[in-house]
Amino acid sequence: MRILFGLALALIAGLPAPAGAGDPIRIGVVLPFSGVYAALGGDITDGMMLAFETFGDTVAGRRIELIREDSEVKPSVGLTKTKKLVYQDQVDLLVGPVASNVAGAMRDFVHNAEIPLIVPNAGNNLLTGERCSPWVIRTSFSNDQINRGMGGWLFDKGYRSLYLLAADYAAGHQMMAAVKRSFTAAGGAIVGEEYPPLRETKDFAPYLAKIKAAKPDAMYVFFAGGPAIQFVKQVHDFGLKKEIALTGAGWLTSPLFLPAEGAAAVGFTGALNYVPSIDSDENRQFQNAFQEKHGRVGSEFTVQGYDTARLIVEALEITGGATDDKAALVAAMHQVSFTGPRGPLRIDPATNNVIQDIYVFETRQVGYAVKQVVIDKMEAVQDPPNGCRMEVGRG
Amino acid sequence: MLLDPTFLAIQFLNGLQLASLLFLLAVGLSVVFGLMGFINLAHGTLYMIGAYIGLSVARSTGSFWLALVAAPVAVALLGMVFHVVLLRHMQAASPMKQVLVTFGLIFVGLDSVRYIWGNYSHGIDLPAVLAGGVSVLGETYPIYRLFIIGLGLAVLAALHWGLERTRLGALVRAGVDDRETAAALGIDVGLAFFAVFCLGCALAGLAGVVAAPVLSVYPGMDMSVLILTLIVVVIGGPGSLKGAALGALVIGMAQTFGQVLVPALASVMIYAVMAAVLLARPGGLVRARHG
Repeated sequence: MRILFGLALALIAGLPAPAGAGDPIRIGVVLPFSGVYAALGGDITDGMMLAFETFGDTVAGRRIELIREDSEVKPSVGLTKTKKLVYQDQVDLLVGPVASNVAGAMRDFVHNAEIPLIVPNAGNNLLTGERCSPWVIRTSFSNDQINRGMGGWLFDKGYRSLYLLAADYAAGHQMMAAVKRSFTAAGGAIVGEEYPPLRETKDFAPYLAKIKAAKPDAMYVFFAGGPAIQFVKQVHDFGLKKEIALTGAGWLTSPLFLPAEGAAAVGFTGALNYVPSIDSDENRQFQNAFQEKHGRVGSEFTVQGYDTARLIVEALEITGGATDDKAALVAAMHQVSFTGPRGPLRIDPATNNVIQDIYVFETRQVGYAVKQVVIDKMEAVQDPPNGCRMEVGRG
Repeated sequence: MLLDPTFLAIQFLNGLQLASLLFLLAVGLSVVFGLMGFINLAHGTLYMIGAYIGLSVARSTGSFWLALVAAPVAVALLGMVFHVVLLRHMQAASPMKQVLVTFGLIFVGLDSVRYIWGNYSHGIDLPAVLAGGVSVLGETYPIYRLFIIGLGLAVLAALHWGLERTRLGALVRAGVDDRETAAALGIDVGLAFFAVFCLGCALAGLAGVVAAPVLSVYPGMDMSVLILTLIVVVIGGPGSLKGAALGALVIGMAQTFGQVLVPALASVMIYAVMAAVLLARPGGLVRARHG
């Protein structure tokens, strides 16, 4: 009744209802719950829910409420749902999306509306680079951040030539550019690169024959979802790994795809911000709680959702549950730092991108299970500003 | 390196393997279209459902061979139900209405699959006989891909025999050739259509379960083949078995060699081939209808 009364009053006055103690804190969640990334949207949401259970869903007497909207992985839909959440539901802050094209569409709106948007996945470099905004905070990764270290790492391990293969969209090109830069800077050679169009490519066999003929020391790849499974199985079927090392961005053997890939995934070396086998108390607690609740392994997407929710709770505790001053809320997020399942974490005020450890892992057969086993770690990986200048009101 | 004979031989096999899958998908669609002018856009959905049913059967029984039989049978039954409940009533409707109804079925199929099997991607494991590789000119080639090629050729041979040597085949040929005259002669074109439609559904289901170990099983896999299948039907010439086989071969090879020889044009290659074929032969490579 109180809320209804307040709402009616606000409508009469033509003003947003002032948020007082006792009013819920509304978080608008724009994630894909249908379409190709539905599994990712589900994982991120499950991670957030677990974090609210673990770290509290009430701050200073205000309950945290989630209002979920399906982005359908379409930029126009994501933008429409974002506007609905802000104007109609009057959310205090936003979480989303998964895909970078949707993030691109939402970015200008939240920038001008000055509503904090916490990005739990979309890794496009521009979002915390040239197109950064004081209101867009990313808790996941940038495409550059995951892959930048791998060029030097592979060179140090004795690899001298690389063949690059990635999905033909912005993420694929950005990740390969990051590796190419660091690998050639170290003195290695790129002997070939291909960007298969994912809409048409279901069969990687033609590319695999070409890679085999080029005889590189290793191939460095980026695929996710269905294509990742197809690629891993086909590389295995053609016996490519006997001659050429399989390396790449770590999503290739994500826990989301690993059950379908099975033993074919063994032997892959990847880089990622999280793998379930990280040896720490924080990670063990998280995995135990998540597996008990959902009966499956928590993925890197789950952890990104989990850390996003924890960042929100801890920032709200700093502001004493106040959400009206958005600048203060973002400033509080810059103050938060904690050690989560993936290790120490904080937001870089210069870019609003997360500073985190990047893990190098190998996918191995461990008993009956196939697991991502950590073999190396790059600590506190921080993106350079990449052309980001935090100016309020820049379109 | 690109014109090395071993490399070309491997790519030729890859092209044949893709052609084989496309043939399984296109032949039912093509003959139904030639027979009744009916275009079923939900054909890819049947392919996806075949893959998922194959997945469930393989998981619960542990037998890939059982999945290989169960999926086409189940999808044929599903097609039968769809025909009786929905499509039968659409035969007299305008092509636009048919397209809209079957287009709607794509969404129904996608959400049903997500509801029943969830959003995650899956793989099907192969029996030991088909796993592993054989040496082709010194390069490892997966046995299973050769199996797909063999299966496609076997289906082509069986359909050819059925069309040329059986009574149903004669009815279908007569119906495709000249529907009105065939009907006037007392041939039940509707029945021939029903039989061919169900067979087409079974082959789409077979294609789904056959593709699953290579291409994996995921919601939306239907759309990844639908366009290619429609292109095969169009350039092959609707209503023709030979056309479907030839169209599948052309698109399979164009797709495979396009990707490796001119990677920059990989996405437009098949469309360019389609345009070229249609400019030279507007009715498709093989004209089935004489009337």
